[in-house]
Amino acid sequence: MDLTLPVEAEAFRDGVRSFLREHLPSDWQGVGALDEEQRLEFGRSWREVLSKEGLLAVAWPKEYGGAGLGPLEQFIVAHEFVRAGAPLRPLPGDQHGLSLIGPTILQAGTEEQKAFFIPKILSGEHRWAQGYSEPDAGSDLASLRTRAVLEGDTWVLNGQKTWQTAGDAANWIFVLARTDPAAPKHAGLSLLLLPIAQPGVEVRPIRTLTGHAEFCEFFFTDARASADHVIGGVGNGWKTAMALLGFERGASVAATAAAARVELDRLGELLRLNGKDQDPLVRQRFAWCYARVEVLRHLALRTVTQLLEGGRPGPESSILKLYVSQYQQRVTELAMDVLGLQSTVMSGRGAVAHLGPDPLGGSLDPAAWEGVFLTARGATIYGGSSQIQRDVLAERVLGLAREPRKVSA
Amino acid sequence: MRFALSPEQEELRSLARRFFETESSMAEVRRVMETAPGYDTSSWTQLARLGLLGLVIPEQHGGSGASLVEAAVVLREAGRALLPAPLLATSIAASALLGATDDEAAATWLPPIASGDVVGVMATSSASGSWELDDTGLEARHHGRAWLLDGDKGYVVHGAAAHLLLVTATTPSGIGLFVVPADAPGLACTSLPALDPTRRLASFAFVDTPARLICTNRSRMERALDIAAVCLAAEQAGGAERCLETAVDYAKTRVQFDRPIGSFQAIKHLLADVLVEVESARAAADYAAWAATSSPEELPVAASLAKSVCSDAYVQAASVNVQVHGGMGFTWEHDAHLHLKRAMGGKQLLGSPDFHRERLASAVLSPVHPAL
Repeated sequence: MDLTLPVEAEAFRDGVRSFLREHLPSDWQGVGALDEEQRLEFGRSWREVLSKEGLLAVAWPKEYGGAGLGPLEQFIVAHEFVRAGAPLRPLPGDQHGLSLIGPTILQAGTEEQKAFFIPKILSGEHRWAQGYSEPDAGSDLASLRTRAVLEGDTWVLNGQKTWQTAGDAANWIFVLARTDPAAPKHAGLSLLLLPIAQPGVEVRPIRTLTGHAEFCEFFFTDARASADHVIGGVGNGWKTAMALLGFERGASVAATAAAARVELDRLGELLRLNGKDQDPLVRQRFAWCYARVEVLRHLALRTVTQLLEGGRPGPESSILKLYVSQYQQRVTELAMDVLGLQSTVMSGRGAVAHLGPDPLGGSLDPAAWEGVFLTARGATIYGGSSQIQRDVLAERVLGLAREPRKVSA
Repeated sequence: MRFALSPEQEELRSLARRFFETESSMAEVRRVMETAPGYDTSSWTQLARLGLLGLVIPEQHGGSGASLVEAAVVLREAGRALLPAPLLATSIAASALLGATDDEAAATWLPPIASGDVVGVMATSSASGSWELDDTGLEARHHGRAWLLDGDKGYVVHGAAAHLLLVTATTPSGIGLFVVPADAPGLACTSLPALDPTRRLASFAFVDTPARLICTNRSRMERALDIAAVCLAAEQAGGAERCLETAVDYAKTRVQFDRPIGSFQAIKHLLADVLVEVESARAAADYAAWAATSSPEELPVAASLAKSVCSDAYVQAASVNVQVHGGMGFTWEHDAHLHLKRAMGGKQLLGSPDFHRERLASAVLSPVHPAL
């Protein structure tokens, strides 16, 4: 047990801090303090800064334009950026490109695919959306029905994908599609990459219970993907897609833990402002949340330790997913209770975040807490529902027998 | 940066586990819990011989000079095994003696604690059960150059087995920590019928009882209380872990409706939720033990956090363990109730989760304003 940073890591952290001091505006209060237009404008210039400094893809190898940082340095960058309210993924769609499909291409792609896609992800020329879920394939993802048929050197796609975050900002999408209908359920799938601006792709916004359209749905009618743009090989889509979910676990846990702390600090400020910090019941619930967030930081440290020692993220990561999503609901429920009747009126400045807690600079107004409260209802559903996470933990960590499943093609 | 046990600490863990598997098997726990002292003195001697009683005691006082992290490793194993012996009590007392400002008392009492000849316990709680340092329940007054104590202490873990008591008392100039030999005049011990049969409790009445003052430094006493909470939290994390394993094992073998009950989601999801809490408890307990050793300014928050998280996790794990075992889990014959009782006892000892959460709120949100 040694939770102190090694000297080099401390120096690295100080470097990150001075980078942030130097490059963020002098009156910086966090990205949460900006309105939507300002955020987009800041995001564009911030992306330039990160790109110039090689901080856009900290985990990627240097030869592909990344910073080649190890798990501990990634942890530090994520932590420092979130605490400073500086976005790691400046523009909508960056998360999918830089954290999901980029690392997947780097791991499973051919050299040609790397040379074609990686620079375009870094430059922002390609902005990505994720195409996994379908209306009839949510938790049971492998039952998906979007079909791709090879015609010459082109895959022709037909079907529907749903829940594309930032889908309206994207110009490319990675799609898990059935390329061999005769193969068993998990075996006949491939991961295809295709441009969105083509006649066979239609994008529609989905308005969620928050009132905003955070997601889109995609309709494919004879849409086309190049045969060169299958990642991980035809028929290996399931494996490739599942590996994709495990990337940058350490950094993302660090970012989640830091973001939860930023939010809790803001809730503490609200409590002190309205005097609820003296209410013994509120104090109990706040302290429970504080313990939860601190333990999340401990779990993040443990994850980094495992990564440093060469471990790969396994099914244990479902613990974090379950833990965080349930916490988000509890803490936002506390915020709503603290606001009392104020929580019934959408007053003031609203929430900034589309998923997860508001970043530094977010508002203390009722509308903002109502926003994150509503958003948190999705946290236990997206990315594998809590019920699926519990199945994964029970079967793959605790070793309990699988739920009997119908064997089907 | 490494948030994991070292290979040596892992080795200590397997040593402790092997020892407790034989010396504190459930059959053995059930045997000794019916005896008068409530623990087995010959296995106590063996614990000493293995060096497990003197982990935090410096080498010059007969211990091995390890840290609270090592002590926590062993306490977690003890918690798994429901060890009925006063290891927790002794670890807490040794840490408090070490943290006090009386070198002579330390030199006198630490060697026999490490060798197992003396069972030391710390008694800070008043008869009312309050865990506030100021609620001592004892008045200390000068008598020539000596001190005399008057009052009561309650809920003293393994009090009846103790040869040496460390007690907080209120002096004319603040709180002091005193040592009192258990055979001191004017000291009466009453065994309490504890809910948890594997952990004895006692109360003490003091009438003009002579005592030696070993510390008047408030922050050192607060540290002793924090370390006590960390020790108990480690033990609770071990107990919770064991309950989960037991319940999972049973769910794999118990067949109903032609299927192992563990294949039903109703059971799986209960156990998955416990897994999340057990992992949280382990992380919180490890962090607190590390903070006690290496980051003392974090200790007050880390200790309260660990005690509240581990208490809740253990109660949940023990309750689910009873539930998953169904009718068997409700019987005296099955061991599930022993963990449940240990969990319920530990939850209230050394500050309840509510107490520690209030303390957390004071530290990280805002202190309570004095009433107008």
